[in-house]
Amino acid sequence: MRYMVMHYETEATENGAMPTPEQQQAIGTFMQEVASTGVLLGGEGVFPSSHGARVEFTGDDVRVIDGPFAEARELIAGFALLDVQTLAEAIEIARKFGQIVGTGRVDVRRVVEASDLQ
Amino acid sequence: MNEHDSTRHSEVSALEERLAAVWRAESPRLIARVARLVGDLSAAEDIAQDAFVAAIEKWRVEGLPPQPAAWLHRTARYLAIDRIRRQDAQQAKYRQLAARSDVVQPPEELPSDATLADDLLGLIFMACHPVLSADARSALTLKLVCGLTTEEVARALLTAQATVAQRIVRAKRTLRAANVTFELPEQTERARRLQAVREVIYLLFNEGYAATSGAQWTRNDLCHEAQRLARTLAALTPNDTETLGLLALLEIQASRLAARTDSSGNQVLLMDQDRDRWDHLLIRRGLALVDRIEHLGGSSGCYALQAAIAACHARATHAESTDWEQIAALYDALAQINPSPVVELNRALAVSRAYGPAEGLALLTPLMGQPVMAGYHLLPAAAADLSCLAGEHQHARDLFLEAAAAAPNQRERTALQRRAAECLNHIAITVPPRDLHQSDLRDELP
Repeated sequence: MRYMVMHYETEATENGAMPTPEQQQAIGTFMQEVASTGVLLGGEGVFPSSHGARVEFTGDDVRVIDGPFAEARELIAGFALLDVQTLAEAIEIARKFGQIVGTGRVDVRRVVEASDLQ
Repeated sequence: MNEHDSTRHSEVSALEERLAAVWRAESPRLIARVARLVGDLSAAEDIAQDAFVAAIEKWRVEGLPPQPAAWLHRTARYLAIDRIRRQDAQQAKYRQLAARSDVVQPPEELPSDATLADDLLGLIFMACHPVLSADARSALTLKLVCGLTTEEVARALLTAQATVAQRIVRAKRTLRAANVTFELPEQTERARRLQAVREVIYLLFNEGYAATSGAQWTRNDLCHEAQRLARTLAALTPNDTETLGLLALLEIQASRLAARTDSSGNQVLLMDQDRDRWDHLLIRRGLALVDRIEHLGGSSGCYALQAAIAACHARATHAESTDWEQIAALYDALAQINPSPVVELNRALAVSRAYGPAEGLALLTPLMGQPVMAGYHLLPAAAADLSCLAGEHQHARDLFLEAAAAAPNQRERTALQRRAAECLNHIAITVPPRDLHQSDLRDELP
């Protein structure tokens, strides 16, 4: 089963704070550890929302709004795609990762597979 | 069950699930680290399990700590040191009797360069050690490196639980008797040992990909474990092109798992598969690995070559756009480094696709008489396909029936019988040749 694990911005990261060297090292070690258990399929981190935009749809109306956006804690800061046997396994990885990156929240969501669509 | 009970029940089962997840994620590294410390695999597994049992008792009462893995590693390390102390104390007692000295040396610290990655690689090397039989390697690897329970290993290998348990005990005994140490082998030996590890992973994947017994067509869980192992090995040896080749091959083969069977469980051949149902994430991963192998200077090893062949199929958005000339050339290269009737069979099929059925049959015919190919159902099946394309339907039908009689499982048998019936209806002209990659992954044949 695949899970998408998404973590969210904090006020600090939205204001452009980059991870400290210690944090970067801890994240690097953690990613290596996850990779060596064979569960990491991929993942990325994103810049603060001031570097991005939002496209909103209301009926036929489409609006493009440039960042930054309010409510840092509602903004995705990055994701990882995990290939694990159970939700509990994905949660354990999310828990560790969240503690290292210092996010306020990590969402763990199951990926819809081709076999789920039959 | 009242509301309180059901809440309690779900709390307990949530805890059980978490514990299982922690065990699965941590046990390989836990066992690896302890094995390096105490030098014995069996003792290491016992200590890891003791640490886990201690954890369960503690956490049932107090709840899980923020970092359960760290707690487990500390506890296991404590237990390991305790064990070494007790052994030392035992020896010291003898020494004391002799010399009246009561100094007990504290155990040595972990070597500082022993990273977790090296520990894990060491564990993999041990589980896949050449002194062990192929069966023992598979069982030990699934148990120790994948963190499966004995029951799960038995299910994965379609073997009785007692047999698997015994196999694992014997394997550990064999390792001890052969004085296998936990040290990482030096360069030349390391290459040989890595090859042994790749073989174990490849066999596990094959076992799942084309079940050799029983009525079930694929055993996806086993494929998944093999993939996970290959990813682990590739993460631990990121510049080893053959390991990257193996991973690329497995990712691309696994990308077709969902497309290999139809809704009633029948086999769908590679050329007939709905390519929209291929897993494009896995394909991207596989193709990226193939590019990386090129970037590292290429590899002419058998896994990298098979990966390159699988990549040719993966790149073709339609069956018709398959680059058969490239595939035939890759099989030529594969036949040179790894000559086997199975490779020859696949080469013949690729050649027939690239240059016509007559060319392919010319390569197949000499194989038909070979004793090692007797009873190998894919050979008459392939010859039947080519005869179909050449318009020889009666001959094709006989060959399909011969293949069906030799098929190792019911699903393949049914599929082949259906092809034979289609010959009779002269529908066969429009039916493309069978799945090349199914035979391509049956290299366990001599």
